[in-house]
Amino acid sequence: MLLEKKSLPIKTSPSGEPGPAPERPRARNRFSKGRRISRKRSLTPLEYTKKRWFQATMWINLVFLYFPIITLIAFSFNNSRRNIVWRGFTLKYYVKAYNNATLFDAVINTLIVAGISTVISTILGAFLGLALSRFKWRGKSFYDSWIHLPIIIPEICMGVAMMAFFHTVNISLGLFTITVSHIAFTIPFVAIVIRARMAGFDFSLEEASRDLGASQFQTFMHVTLPYMVPGIIAGALLAMTLSLDDFVITFFTSGPGSTTLPVKIFSMIRFNVSPEVNAASTVLITVTLVLAASMMILQTKLKNK
Amino acid sequence: MTDMTPIVRIRNVTKRFGKSVVAVSNFSLDIQEGEFFALLGPSGCGKTTLLRMIAGFENPTEGQIFIDGNDVQGIEPNRRPVNMVFQSYAVFPHMTVAKNVGYGLKVTGTPSGEIKKRVAEALSLVKMDGYDHRMPHQLSGGQQQRVALARALVKRPRVLLLDEPLSALDAKLREAMHIELSNLQKTVGITFVIVTHAQTEALSLADKIAIMNEGELCQTASPKELYERPNSKFCADFIGKANLLNGKTIGVEDNRLLVDVKGIGQIKVPTDVAANGIVDIAIRPEKLRLSKEEPKGDVIKFRAKVDGKVYYGNSSTVYFKGNSDLRVLVDIKDLSDTGESSIEINDEMWVYWQPEDTLVLTK
Repeated sequence: MLLEKKSLPIKTSPSGEPGPAPERPRARNRFSKGRRISRKRSLTPLEYTKKRWFQATMWINLVFLYFPIITLIAFSFNNSRRNIVWRGFTLKYYVKAYNNATLFDAVINTLIVAGISTVISTILGAFLGLALSRFKWRGKSFYDSWIHLPIIIPEICMGVAMMAFFHTVNISLGLFTITVSHIAFTIPFVAIVIRARMAGFDFSLEEASRDLGASQFQTFMHVTLPYMVPGIIAGALLAMTLSLDDFVITFFTSGPGSTTLPVKIFSMIRFNVSPEVNAASTVLITVTLVLAASMMILQTKLKNK
Repeated sequence: MTDMTPIVRIRNVTKRFGKSVVAVSNFSLDIQEGEFFALLGPSGCGKTTLLRMIAGFENPTEGQIFIDGNDVQGIEPNRRPVNMVFQSYAVFPHMTVAKNVGYGLKVTGTPSGEIKKRVAEALSLVKMDGYDHRMPHQLSGGQQQRVALARALVKRPRVLLLDEPLSALDAKLREAMHIELSNLQKTVGITFVIVTHAQTEALSLADKIAIMNEGELCQTASPKELYERPNSKFCADFIGKANLLNGKTIGVEDNRLLVDVKGIGQIKVPTDVAANGIVDIAIRPEKLRLSKEEPKGDVIKFRAKVDGKVYYGNSSTVYFKGNSDLRVLVDIKDLSDTGESSIEINDEMWVYWQPEDTLVLTK
């Protein structure tokens, strides 16, 4: 997006076409004498996006972020048991990964956990976010800060606490405990997104609806909820991506037979680094990307409607 | 209108927020059917709170509100025969104009054929026909306002409540809407109650105005009566401009009140106000006259020095400074009205007025 702004500060002549930069007074002192500016056009002070250091920063960021991921994806197609040298293109590790029953189960587990926890945490988080933006009550600020604690405290502490809790109340670890933990730690994220969305909501719309004869429930369904939808989608997406790739909390709350993909991948690389792991990871990345992209497209479509 | 029971009757209503804030205090008011009624007052005087209590968004702490003869205590806003036009318009952003206007009918289960008919009627009433399928963000502020009006009127309420409906429009559009609103009210015959802090709005729109200050009712009267016979210093100052002078009654002579006014001296005022002691004397700036020669006849006059003048195009205001810190302002239409060729700062002039234009205020 930053790169788009490049064309913004170009000076235009009154006819609207890009013209030459306004002529500079030619100071003929001894410092400038004989010196010619080699570039076609000198930059105005605010054209940051055209400066070399700016563009370099952008590229470095991009490479830093994506080089490891691109390497991972590339080597999933590498016809070699080791991720070191390129030995030609193959899809056999995808087939292998697909036929790996435990890996496949892990994917299914991941989808079950992500699906259920996303639905529940989106509903609970949406109401929480709505309540926090809508009402004032005694001790709200206290409640408000405590509810966001799961975002702040280290995930490992959350994981240990969850595990200890399930042991104390004597619930055996499995898909259920993973799902519950995921719901617990994604609710605040959903609530924050919904709250941000509702900050722009004019609550007199609700009053107008009531005034026009709608009940409280009708008002929620016809006025409040439609406004919340983009926030709900964004919150659900966030919850889903958090759940899909969560390792730490899942690691502590999963039991035998309830491994999710991130935990499975971790256990696989402890034995050997096989391109199968690359293949599985690539699938995970693709799923997440497709999800994110489709949600973003959906959101812009809703906005333009 | 005939002497029926008032459409809105407010009896000793007090509204407190928390323990210390009194928004409305012991307020009583009758609004007759078919009236265009204005609640006028400065910001924070409790007028919007009062309107919200009629609509049902707030409950009175004490007192009763009757709409159409029924006590509405505890009745939800969706079950009251009143509708409101909100200050922010509150047009539903995700619905088309037609959906917005039809919303109130749809949620109460009106058949869709009738909805269609009544929406079309309401839209043509506010001159928005043909805008059915527009979205609110495609409309200007004035158009959204009309949609909000149509949406409330389509419900055929007994009372239409308008909360500062014109405050967000620019000056030109606001004036045009004054005429439209008052025509609209006459067409539909519904009681309109408008809340405003703009006195020109109240004066030009309403049949009857209630002036509020700090949660209390100051005066209820027709616009003309309010302007010409304000009952208190606050009302005189709030409606139009007024020169307020301190005075003290001396006695009665020939049916006229003798008042000693600070900076002017003794004046004789014809008044029916029974005043005794400290009073305020108010004179509208446009009732004052100027002259370099001493004016003749039965007028109240004093000499003062020009302290400043402001030109407004169609009129001018001249500021005067008299004895013992007396300050008055005089509105003149045109220099020729005064019979003078020019008025300059520091000119000494006579300022005078007809005794019957004097207002004696005891509150």
